[in-house]
Amino acid sequence: MEAIIIGIAKSAIRLATPYLYASIGETIGQLSGVLNLGVDGVMLMGAFSAFYTVLKTGNLWLGLLVAIVVGAIFGLLIAFINVTLKAEQGISGIGVYIFGLGLSSLLFSTMIGTVQPVNGFPPLFIPGLSNIPVIGEILFQQNILVYGAFALIPLAWYVLNKTPLGLSIRAVGQHPQAADSLGVNIVRIRYFTVILGGILSGIAGASLSIALLNVFQQNLTNGMGFIAVALVYFGAWRPKTVLIGALLFSTVNAIQIWVQVKGINIPSDFTLMMPYIVTIIVLAAMAKRRIHPPAALNKPFERGE
Amino acid sequence: MMKLKKIIIVLTLISIFVLSLGFGASAKPFRVAFIMPSSINDFAWSQSMYEALLTIQEEMGKENFEFVYSESMFIVADAAAAIRDYASEGYDLVIAHGSQYGASLTDIAPDFPDTSFAWGSTANVFTDLGITNIFAYEPLAEQGGYVNGVLAAKLSESNIYGVIGPIETGDAKRYTEGFKAGIKSIRPDAKINVTWIGSYSDVALASEAAQTHIDAGADVLTGTSQMTVGAIGVAKQRGALWFGYDVDQSALAPQNVVSCVDVVWAVALRPMIEMIQKGEKGGKIFTLNLANGGINIIVNDQALVGKTIEDIVNGNIQVKVE
Repeated sequence: MEAIIIGIAKSAIRLATPYLYASIGETIGQLSGVLNLGVDGVMLMGAFSAFYTVLKTGNLWLGLLVAIVVGAIFGLLIAFINVTLKAEQGISGIGVYIFGLGLSSLLFSTMIGTVQPVNGFPPLFIPGLSNIPVIGEILFQQNILVYGAFALIPLAWYVLNKTPLGLSIRAVGQHPQAADSLGVNIVRIRYFTVILGGILSGIAGASLSIALLNVFQQNLTNGMGFIAVALVYFGAWRPKTVLIGALLFSTVNAIQIWVQVKGINIPSDFTLMMPYIVTIIVLAAMAKRRIHPPAALNKPFERGE
Repeated sequence: MMKLKKIIIVLTLISIFVLSLGFGASAKPFRVAFIMPSSINDFAWSQSMYEALLTIQEEMGKENFEFVYSESMFIVADAAAAIRDYASEGYDLVIAHGSQYGASLTDIAPDFPDTSFAWGSTANVFTDLGITNIFAYEPLAEQGGYVNGVLAAKLSESNIYGVIGPIETGDAKRYTEGFKAGIKSIRPDAKINVTWIGSYSDVALASEAAQTHIDAGADVLTGTSQMTVGAIGVAKQRGALWFGYDVDQSALAPQNVVSCVDVVWAVALRPMIEMIQKGEKGGKIFTLNLANGGINIIVNDQALVGKTIEDIVNGNIQVKVE
């Protein structure tokens, strides 16, 4: 039984990693009032560019850096479309998703051509902590990008709640007019949050292609970016509850794999639904808490309205 | 003079005849359109059909055989639009490579009686609906699965096996049943754990299923569809053996991929093309099996003995003679 619990916990942590990067990035963007549905496309571009770099150079850190740069470029593109051109955010996001999906597939076909593995980030045993029974094995024998994803949660919480920058971001998403009159540069804040979101989506993709799976294939993310956007709503725009949501979804997914492996007699069609059913139940239960999205979400800023 | 004229006329006629023969042969190559749910380099389902078309093209010559393809047609509505487009462009054969495309074919095929359609894996050609221009193909994946299972049972130390299947239907189901039967024929007490991922493309979940199987004691893994590339990576990383399906996957993990069931679709395509050229547009089911070479087992000796050879070469193993 202990082995199963350790197995479930380790799986859940691995599965949650890409969601955490992408969801935190999306949370920050949405708090500033920009909805980006193109997360999955940016993840794919990050995954491809990191993978390609590692395949050609063998340098994992360079791969991560390239994913960050590609994510930032996509973030800049999204910010330009949504903030400067004031496009309909839901629609433009789908456009970015399809663009990222298509471009990453095309580049993969032309530049690599076939599925092949790379050596990704190896597990990093934290000295002293990795030897603790059970906990050590679960938490402190993961790879660096997994640690990074979990370190991101308190960092995002701190920046959003305890710094002037965080206050500006939230003000821009809640009361852009008021923020503007107090001298906050709305456009600059939104460019910053959306580019940061792009960077984190790029890292989310890289966490798959050069740390967890160590391969690239067309549509490697398989729609994870959309789950990441859903987790932002689930987490009510708070890093801590986004973490809970990501872990809940991943843990139930890990459990359902174990249910199948152990041959427990539940049809696989049903076990596969479990993560989604649990998420919907929790969302429905939380609906009573009446958490409203940022007031200016999805609304381009017009001065003097 | 008359004689010369006659010779000239005869020569001219001969040359016209020869030229027309030449033009006749090169004017109309056999044209195939191929619609697939994933991509030509998926190391699985779609790649195996792509390789078969390349084989046929090599056999018939580029001037006599042309093919085009559409990738990533997982959404059936998109695929249906592509199938209809290709049919209206006058392709001789439109291959809808996926069992999800059957319903679309019953709509489209009657509108294009001069075009042949093929789909699989299935044994349904819809003659009961009065349709005469649909072929079907079906590999008996269970035969390949059985062979893999027998070999797996001989190599496993823990006698625990993990199967990572996509959706419990078609080839994947047949292969899994065969794999289980093969193992049980050698070791009736074997523990075979089966997981279904609910998708052909969820690499992350398939990889996590592989981790879970190994955590549960499995030292041999197998699975089908393009998502298994992640699981093969896990087998490599954690030192488990892998048994593959669709194509030779040994390049992904040469030390771990023991044997692969290679589906040779060309065995179905050759007679199908012959029938179409003779004017028969459909109605036949082509079965692929070990007997007709439609299913082929590729054993990778590097995974079987590579490590031992390496150890002897490195001096880690000293073979002593008394």
